[in-house]
Amino acid sequence: MAIDTTQQAIERLLLEREIEQFLYHEAELLDERRFSEWIDLIADDVHYHMPIRRNVKFGEQARENSDADSEISWFDEGKATLAGRVRQINTGLHWAEEPPSRVCHVVSNVQILDVHGDEVKVKSRFLVYRNRLQDEVDLFVGKREDILRRDPITGWKVAKRTIVLDQNVLLAKNITVFF
Amino acid sequence: MVHISRSRQDRSLRDLVDWEQGHVSREIYVNEDIYQQELEQIFGRAWLFVGHESQVPNPGDFFQSRMGEESVLLVRDRKGELHVFLNTCRHRGMKVCRYDEGNSLLFTCPFHGWSYDTDGRLVGVPNFQTAYRGELDKSAWGLHEVAQMSNFYGSIWATWDPKAPSFEDFLGAFVPSLRRSFEGSDGGDNGLEFFSPVQKWRLPTNWKFPGFSFAGDHAHGAMTHRSTTVAAFGPQGELAGGDRHGVPSRWASTEYEMSIPALGHGGHGRIYEQPGVGPYVETWQTVLQADDYYHEMRDKKAEKYAGQYLHGVSGCVFPNVICGGSRILLWHPHGVGVTESWRFYTVDKGAPKPVKDAQRRYMMRYCGPGGMTESDDMENWNYAYPASLGTVARRLDYNFQNGVGHAYADDRVPGFTLNYRIGEENQRSRLRRWLDFMEAGSWDELSPAKR
Repeated sequence: MAIDTTQQAIERLLLEREIEQFLYHEAELLDERRFSEWIDLIADDVHYHMPIRRNVKFGEQARENSDADSEISWFDEGKATLAGRVRQINTGLHWAEEPPSRVCHVVSNVQILDVHGDEVKVKSRFLVYRNRLQDEVDLFVGKREDILRRDPITGWKVAKRTIVLDQNVLLAKNITVFF
Repeated sequence: MVHISRSRQDRSLRDLVDWEQGHVSREIYVNEDIYQQELEQIFGRAWLFVGHESQVPNPGDFFQSRMGEESVLLVRDRKGELHVFLNTCRHRGMKVCRYDEGNSLLFTCPFHGWSYDTDGRLVGVPNFQTAYRGELDKSAWGLHEVAQMSNFYGSIWATWDPKAPSFEDFLGAFVPSLRRSFEGSDGGDNGLEFFSPVQKWRLPTNWKFPGFSFAGDHAHGAMTHRSTTVAAFGPQGELAGGDRHGVPSRWASTEYEMSIPALGHGGHGRIYEQPGVGPYVETWQTVLQADDYYHEMRDKKAEKYAGQYLHGVSGCVFPNVICGGSRILLWHPHGVGVTESWRFYTVDKGAPKPVKDAQRRYMMRYCGPGGMTESDDMENWNYAYPASLGTVARRLDYNFQNGVGHAYADDRVPGFTLNYRIGEENQRSRLRRWLDFMEAGSWDELSPAKR
């Protein structure tokens, strides 16, 4: 986006700051396992997608990430399923997260790619550290591309989230954390 | 043969695996020497699942698969024939293909440039005329191909052992059941296509935990999957009465454990009280087109099978694959304490897109490492392994006694033995076959099954 005036530059800075604070707030809720509050930040029409990464030839990068429209991914779901996952963790019987894992979301490299009406397209990097029981460690690292939508109650909501995990064979036994 | 002297003195494998009484030493799940012997005697000799023809529809299409610990290539050659090759250059061993899937009419090794045609022939060797002086016998150094390959209703299986019996003989009485695993929902043979890509993930446990218990362990569901049942997630994608499975169409029937003890195949099966296909039960309430489609397919299937009994079992094929239920579950050994799990998802070839989408999304939220149901399986399989590793722990046996002595034959399912639906009959069958493979010097002692 071109920035013409000082006023626009300030607005832009404020927007960046606001978006970053929203992403950090989300990470905080997840790390504190306040999932029922986190799910309120997810738009009802969200598309939450984590593709599988293929090893492809140079020139075939378009096929590198599995396609949400026709292929298999790690996650490809909407709010009903995400809410089901929250409900599942909150049973206290979801053994993969019981006893609870220790999870730390680090979000960085936040870039606003586009602003369109009340929606903002944001790219970021994530580093999600999961440690559970005595010594089990998983590290999920990658890029996220979100569409965040202004919301009168929560400030922002996640309307679309694409999570590009930098792994081919998943090196964790399961994925029971949110990104 | 391996002799265990670390914790129990000189126990033979036969002594470690008392499948008749349901006593099985933990050693066979945790011992490095036993694991190496498995790679040799089981994964080097048994028929293994490689892939499906729908993954490689065109000449030059390839899919990088795996047999045991080793990478193999499923390739459709220029003439349209399928091959399975070990993925290693015959010159210095480099992988000739490092892509998961694709199309190539030539596999050129990135190390020194030896290149192979899609039928495995070595066709290019740099400096062949000058340095090799044209003396290298290229015909002797093609890609190493499996000894036998079988296209079983679209599914591709292979073995490294030229003395292995045909795939059908390896399956024995399991043939009709496995055939039905690759049917479309209209009952048509070879009616499935495979979604791409494959979900692959590492599970810190011995391959036999998932490989021998998945779909053979009906006892785990109520406890392991309690949270899914409480949170209630069926095919509809929303709350649906707490049933995490769809409602299958069925006649009045009784569910059993069904296994072929001498061959190690088995799982859960049904014996129907009447022939034909039962009435359709709506399963996909929120995806209307899916119920319409599956209802129509059910009617076609009912026509095909009118008057026939559909007794049979969901397919667990020894040693490490489970077929059926819109998925193929494959558990590759990856070291004694690591399993590389591969999950393929399937759907009717001709299904309309909304049906394929509904099926695909259901499988993703239910299955695999991100699946609401299976994520809990991973936790149990994971921690059973380290808890069996200790000096004291490995002196103990696992208990496989559920249903010991209560298996019986039934004329309606020849070749199978039946037992109560929640039991360990087919796990004992797998262990029995495991022992046969581990002790046998060659297929002469294994084929069709050791008595």
